[in-house]
Amino acid sequence: MKPAAKTKKASAGARAKAAELLPERELRRIVGTVLRLAKSTAAEETEVHVDEVASALTRFANNAIHQNVAEHGLTVSIRTVADGRTARATTNRIDEDSLRAAIEASLSLAHSQPKDPRLLPMPAKQRYRSVNRFIKPTAALSAEERALAVRRACDLAVKENQVAAGIYSNGQSQSALGNSRGLFAAYRETHSEFSITVQEASAASWAKANSPDVRAFDPQKLAARASEKAHLAVNARELPPGRYTVILEPAAVLDLVGFLFYDFAATALQDKRSCLNDRMGKPLFGQDITISDDVYHPLQQGAPFDGEGLPRQRVLLVDRGIPKNLVYSRAAAKAAHKQPTGHGFALPNEYGEAPMNLVFVGGDSSIDKMVASTERGLLVTRLWYIREVDPYEKVMTGMTRDGLFLVENGRVMGAVRNFRFNQSIIEMLKNVELLGPAVRATGEEAFEMVVPAMKVRDFYFSEVTKF
Amino acid sequence: MWDLCTNSLDAAKLRGAAYGDVRVMHLRQRDLTTKNGQVGTLSQSESIGLGIRVLANGAWGFASTDRLTREGVAACAAQAVSIAKASALAKRDEVVMAPEKAYVDSWQAPFRKDPFEIPLETQLALLLAADAEMRRVRGVTLTETGMQFRKIDSWFASTIGSRIHQRKVISGCGIAATSFQKEEIQKRSYPNSFGGQHSLQGYELVDSLDLLKNAPIIAEEAAALHSATQCPEKIGTLILGSSQLGLQIHESIGHPIELDRVLGQEANFAGTSFLTLDQLNKLKYASSIVNVVADARLDHGQGLGTFAYDDEGVPAQCTDIIKNGQFRGYLSNRETAHLVGLDRSSGTMRTESWNRLPIIRMTNVSLLPGTWDYDDLISDTHDGILMETNRSWSIDDRRYQFQFSTEIGWEIKGGKKVRMLKNPSYSGITTEFWNSCDAICKFDHWTLWGTPNCGKGQPMQTMGTGHGASPARFRNVRIGTAFSNQ
Repeated sequence: MKPAAKTKKASAGARAKAAELLPERELRRIVGTVLRLAKSTAAEETEVHVDEVASALTRFANNAIHQNVAEHGLTVSIRTVADGRTARATTNRIDEDSLRAAIEASLSLAHSQPKDPRLLPMPAKQRYRSVNRFIKPTAALSAEERALAVRRACDLAVKENQVAAGIYSNGQSQSALGNSRGLFAAYRETHSEFSITVQEASAASWAKANSPDVRAFDPQKLAARASEKAHLAVNARELPPGRYTVILEPAAVLDLVGFLFYDFAATALQDKRSCLNDRMGKPLFGQDITISDDVYHPLQQGAPFDGEGLPRQRVLLVDRGIPKNLVYSRAAAKAAHKQPTGHGFALPNEYGEAPMNLVFVGGDSSIDKMVASTERGLLVTRLWYIREVDPYEKVMTGMTRDGLFLVENGRVMGAVRNFRFNQSIIEMLKNVELLGPAVRATGEEAFEMVVPAMKVRDFYFSEVTKF
Repeated sequence: MWDLCTNSLDAAKLRGAAYGDVRVMHLRQRDLTTKNGQVGTLSQSESIGLGIRVLANGAWGFASTDRLTREGVAACAAQAVSIAKASALAKRDEVVMAPEKAYVDSWQAPFRKDPFEIPLETQLALLLAADAEMRRVRGVTLTETGMQFRKIDSWFASTIGSRIHQRKVISGCGIAATSFQKEEIQKRSYPNSFGGQHSLQGYELVDSLDLLKNAPIIAEEAAALHSATQCPEKIGTLILGSSQLGLQIHESIGHPIELDRVLGQEANFAGTSFLTLDQLNKLKYASSIVNVVADARLDHGQGLGTFAYDDEGVPAQCTDIIKNGQFRGYLSNRETAHLVGLDRSSGTMRTESWNRLPIIRMTNVSLLPGTWDYDDLISDTHDGILMETNRSWSIDDRRYQFQFSTEIGWEIKGGKKVRMLKNPSYSGITTEFWNSCDAICKFDHWTLWGTPNCGKGQPMQTMGTGHGASPARFRNVRIGTAFSNQ
């Protein structure tokens, strides 16, 4: 491998700057225009979502940038209600003719269906808790700055005779929601992410972080960590499948427990497709498992309102192993004689709602402490291609990936070939022996959540692959 | 639209682009669903914009915009060039593109009934009737139906002089019945799981499915699965229904042959491939009766991977992937073709939308029909399990080790289907599995299935791919693994 070519730093005049979002008053103007236009139609109620995104992503592989993209787009999504019926039409054209056409399309769709006796009037004006997750240095990160950080990461890999691949991205987005009953909500945030896979011979390892604040992580440190672990991952030996004590790094925990979030939707229970049917209020997980949904947590992201404009509430989902509460859209709440929790999806939809901001209560065991306490087990960097095998017992299958290590007598002893697991999440959360501090974790299968590393006994691996 | 394309390419050249290609795309979509006899989703959307890819200072840049004015597209082109120059700060090799002719053409995928012209009332009435047929069955606790229609216009232009307009109409439709009983959830779907069948057709696809006839059948099966025997854990003979085999092809042949994966370009996300370059023309991928092609031509059928030109302006082609069991070809683009000794791209660059970069994608990756009649295949099987309709799928990041489960299984004894099995699953190593194939049904049983939800790339793109398959038999397969822990 030859080092990445060194070139002069680009001049400031040629910098590829990130696109700017519209000011909030422009979003208010678009919402106002739609509501005004709708008054001269058959719409009895109208709801408008305006979503804008400006983001950029630099992708690298084989120690060089191979893809580098930027996008900017805005959509206007309009829901009308007429004669007890509702439907939605979405466009990315914001001239008045296009907005009028979208209103008419929504009405035409609505008229095509039978009346819905369960349709609720749109909510009136709400109050929202302020959340500030728009970080200017994140929005301002340029393509050149991303490229230079990538070059440093690739240079490290080249120096170590390794091969790096990954992404470095940043962007900003905003949403506004208004309706004809006077509700208006707006939110903007930034996002940034660095992910790196480092390959050494046939081994690989991985590190990833994301945050609204690009200063919250250091791409070089992530690259160094992936590089060190890739070196440890070479010469993997094959172990027989079976039950092992595992130490799951936060990304591995996240990608598994992320499959639980939809089961806490009241609509999923009403549809009898949740693993919590007939299990609410009874001990289900270990007593060390407490889970909330909390969009206001400092390590979380997302708007403080839901798809109908209701304020999101913090909800205690699991209290010391016992599923206690569900999240409710307005329709699901009415059906269950409960109060809505601000977790509904934009209407109309058949799924209802879901908690999107899971926060686990963590413990105080570092991964080093977990390793030191383990006589024989496996340290798992991340999991991959997780799919549901049994929806009620919540059995998931998937693979380990990018660094699986044998732990013996309190020490990491070397790399192990990747396993396939078939493991019930319910059983896993009964078998937790140690918890790490809860951190913002990011993987590839689930939304970012606040979860701890876990030491779990009797985790079931059914088969082994060839690397 | 051509003016927008020309303006953006001119602006890119002025800023120093050595090559550029641009796509203006107009996407329209309609989604209808029902659940338990009520309308669920009822929405339509449209999106129009422009994406430009440029090569400057020997590196790539891409930018997209929905500001379709002369100034908007020029600014977008300038941004793409700036990004390309930033990419050059961390480049290693010069980009080499395989030569391609310039094409000026317009193509429309054939369809008989425009789904956007069929009254919504008609579409919803059919879904609600199918929903009602399923709910009539005792034990069914959840019924779901859905239709999805898309109309996509794309205008492609490049600095080598191509100007290609394509219009595609895509339809999808499916129904599902779920039954929750005795701490167990069972589900049956028709004609396939995860939204049903999807193809490059108009409303004639929906007409062909006969939802009302099949609704009570799958509902009865969903309820009956609770009292069915658990699929055993063993090494044995497996027959796969054609839709499940379509997904098996997708995961264990379609993805590993993507040359960007092979070359490490997807290592951070989608993964790599066991099909390293030294395997080409040497690996015995499958038994000698297995022939697989990647065919984007209309001659192959109206699949989700059918088009006239890819999103790099390369005409649709048919590429041998597996010929008589031997590994013969990859999916390539203009940038990677020379790395496998080709003088031309195999035409597989595809993009989800105007705001996404085209990347190497499956077209229609299909198992060619064999010689067996389906009834003969069953009667020739002394002891085996037939598995139909996917329930879960998973494969490692190099595409060696996989595990699938299906909604329903049938035990075959003495050449007859003797009883229903619940929770069927199987697993294996890709090449061992395909080398164990000893019978493939003939064209009468062959269906070009659509997989509408293939995720790849960063930012993530969802693409539709086609997979033709007829039922086939495999020997010495590991069966029942997914539930071996229960």
